[in-house]
Amino acid sequence: MLGYIISRILYVIPISLGVTILAFGLVHIAPGDPLDAVVGADAPASVVEKLKADYGFDQPIPVQYARWLGRALSGDLGRSVTNNQPVVEALATAVPNTLMLALCATFLGFIVGASLGGLAGYYQGTWIDKVATGFGVTGVSIPHYWLGIVLVIIFAVELRVLPATGIGPGGSAGWQFDWEHIKHLILPAITLSVIPCGIITRTVRATVAEILSQDFVQALHAKGLLNNSVMLHVVKNAAPTVLAVMGLQLGYLLGGSILVETVFNWPGTGYLLNDAIFRRDIPTLQGTILVLAMFFVVLNLAVDILQTLIDPRMRRT
Amino acid sequence: MSTISSWIGTLGRTAGVLAVSVMLATAPANAAGTLRIGMTANDVPLTWGQPDNGFEGFRFVGLQLYDGLINWDLSSSDKPSGLIPGLAESWSVDPDDQTKWTFNLRKGVKFHDGSEFNADAVIFNIDKQFNEDSPQYSARQASLVNFRMPGFKSVTKVDDYTVVFETTTPDSFFPFQICYFLMASPAAFEAAGSWEEFAKNPSGTGPFTLDVLTARERAELVPFADHWDETRIPKVDRVVLLPLPDPSARTAALLSGQVDWIEAPAPDAIPRIKSSGFQVVSNVYPHVWSWHLSRVEGSPWNDIRVRKAANLAIDRPGIVQLLGGYAVEAKGHVTPEDVWWGSPSFELKTDIEAAKALMAEAGFSPENPVKVKMSISASGSGQMLPLQMNEYIQQNLAEIGIEVEFDVVEWQALLDIWRAGAKAPQANGSHGINVSYTTQDPYSSFTRFLRSDLAAPAGVNFGYYSDPEMDALLKQTQLTFDPVERDAILAKVHTKEVDEALFVWVVHDVAPRAMGENVKGFQPAKNWFQSLSSVYME
Repeated sequence: MLGYIISRILYVIPISLGVTILAFGLVHIAPGDPLDAVVGADAPASVVEKLKADYGFDQPIPVQYARWLGRALSGDLGRSVTNNQPVVEALATAVPNTLMLALCATFLGFIVGASLGGLAGYYQGTWIDKVATGFGVTGVSIPHYWLGIVLVIIFAVELRVLPATGIGPGGSAGWQFDWEHIKHLILPAITLSVIPCGIITRTVRATVAEILSQDFVQALHAKGLLNNSVMLHVVKNAAPTVLAVMGLQLGYLLGGSILVETVFNWPGTGYLLNDAIFRRDIPTLQGTILVLAMFFVVLNLAVDILQTLIDPRMRRT
Repeated sequence: MSTISSWIGTLGRTAGVLAVSVMLATAPANAAGTLRIGMTANDVPLTWGQPDNGFEGFRFVGLQLYDGLINWDLSSSDKPSGLIPGLAESWSVDPDDQTKWTFNLRKGVKFHDGSEFNADAVIFNIDKQFNEDSPQYSARQASLVNFRMPGFKSVTKVDDYTVVFETTTPDSFFPFQICYFLMASPAAFEAAGSWEEFAKNPSGTGPFTLDVLTARERAELVPFADHWDETRIPKVDRVVLLPLPDPSARTAALLSGQVDWIEAPAPDAIPRIKSSGFQVVSNVYPHVWSWHLSRVEGSPWNDIRVRKAANLAIDRPGIVQLLGGYAVEAKGHVTPEDVWWGSPSFELKTDIEAAKALMAEAGFSPENPVKVKMSISASGSGQMLPLQMNEYIQQNLAEIGIEVEFDVVEWQALLDIWRAGAKAPQANGSHGINVSYTTQDPYSSFTRFLRSDLAAPAGVNFGYYSDPEMDALLKQTQLTFDPVERDAILAKVHTKEVDEALFVWVVHDVAPRAMGENVKGFQPAKNWFQSLSSVYME
């Protein structure tokens, strides 16, 4: 098994290199000058050229890539062209915010999704199954930014019981685990949890239903085991699949919450990306894409290793 | 059954926690005297002296933390705001050499860090923009502002409170140009070591100082009690600036009580905002929403009859209605109340029959339309509702035989096209562009679009308009140093501009702002910039 883990870790090296090429190259494909969005409308060409040289945008793309990669390896992702903040500093603020939101959403999605999926799988074909499956399909289909707006209208605008926007008094810098701040987390977390909730509901339902139809379950029943004990075996068998799906969902939420973070003005990586895209902030864009992609790579690696640890069949292969 | 009980138990507990959380929640309490503003900007405007984020950056950060040598008069809602003394008590042009301007600086002015404002500080700040060899030179700050002083040649200290600016050619617009250059503390820069560090704890002479700055999230300003102008010492205890670029998020933040004031509420949200007990404040200001026309060979807009017909076909009252009433019908590039209005004989109004007659004279009709292609954006600063407004105009023009095709591009791409000009490849053969403009100063309002030597890419004369008579008038304005005489020539420029229908003008924005009933004392100046000093919370 150690050999498998080492080989999985070694795979990460070429994948990471590929990620850096994509993260760097993709943002340069977009047409337009990298500084147009930040300089004044009538800025003289000489000043723009000086600024380009300051940021290194006057160099050929391969040279820019080599320099960027060299700096990135030493932990320097450059400075934002819009507000001059070091990209690493911006990410150090944004990543924990997104992580907090994504973990809450994944946890919420997992609890609700696994519960509903388990019920649907266990009571396959009954009204419970239909309701839970319907919920799962709705969760997958509903545009979450739309849901976010609806939740804001109901809970923030009409009922005025939860805040509509932001991360709480004082912003990221003043975040504390008290009610004044946690209440800012509720609506974005619910909004973001809807898709993983739907996906986990459907996955768990299918997995539980499949396991329940296997011979060993019949054998457990025949041995006289109580339903709870049988379900324990079912859950243990379903866990690797559900874990894999949950890991992927967490990865998606870490990188894919642009719309929700924008709707709620949640200062995470999605909000950072949105701002960087609209203002063509290339260093921030490159740094954020790189970090998010590396999250995904590391998360997949962790899930693979975790699956190997909990599933003896994978260990054998 | 015990299994289902355990599932339901888990679900019940989860739902219970959420329900209790919701019940316990209350609307956020607002500290007395704290004004929370939702801006349209994506980020807190740069705090290091010259702000980014356009004029909103000047409005909420630049002119709150800093002063210029000359300021805008923002004290009245009734009269157009002109230039008033700022850090300079007076200024004058040398009658013998009109390239030289003497500024007499205000004495006893302190920066927020306690250091003194004087001639050295002026030279330090101008070198920051123009002198690449100076340690404080900042290309980024220069890129944001030094294009506003295109004729700058040098600045010289005469004594501690007198400086002389020299321009490359005589230019009467110089006072309008210098007011965008804000004065930062040289001592604070020296202590900080870089502009990046300075931005975290900036020091200007403005009525507010920066207390908290979190990039992309918030800035908190507190009053500067030692401001040189006692009438501008703020009444509020604190101003919190929050970037809320999404209009729905801004509106929700206001309605839910998270902010006290939002910029540019969406027109369709205004009735709801008003019915919820909020006030909507507006005032016309120097802004024009228009089509800037290409005059390159082959453009249909080269025919004055087509230009006039388009101006007569637009249902401006309908567009004002589309904007919820928060706009003023354009009668020209500036409003008739403006000192630069003049006496145009061509009246902008809706007259379909007259428009059709002009089109027929030009050889076109709804059955035989002339085709025009316009570059527009789906959003953008000052663009109001660009898609809906342009589609409205498209329908209006179809009635008289102008078939409009849109090339819809992203806002920054539209600005690229605007700078590159109608002949550039990125213009993609467009016959015009829809970029809204400021008309705050003569250069921004007229010169940059109408002077032939400023044709793109040398300037933003996007359409390559060229008329020796207009060039002569514009040159004369820059050589006329008596403000009244200069305004009279600018009125001639505007008269010619309207009579020749050089643009298709649609509306002027009135800058609606929504705020709580407890926000008192705000006087919306007829300006892009506003004073927050008189505002207080009740």
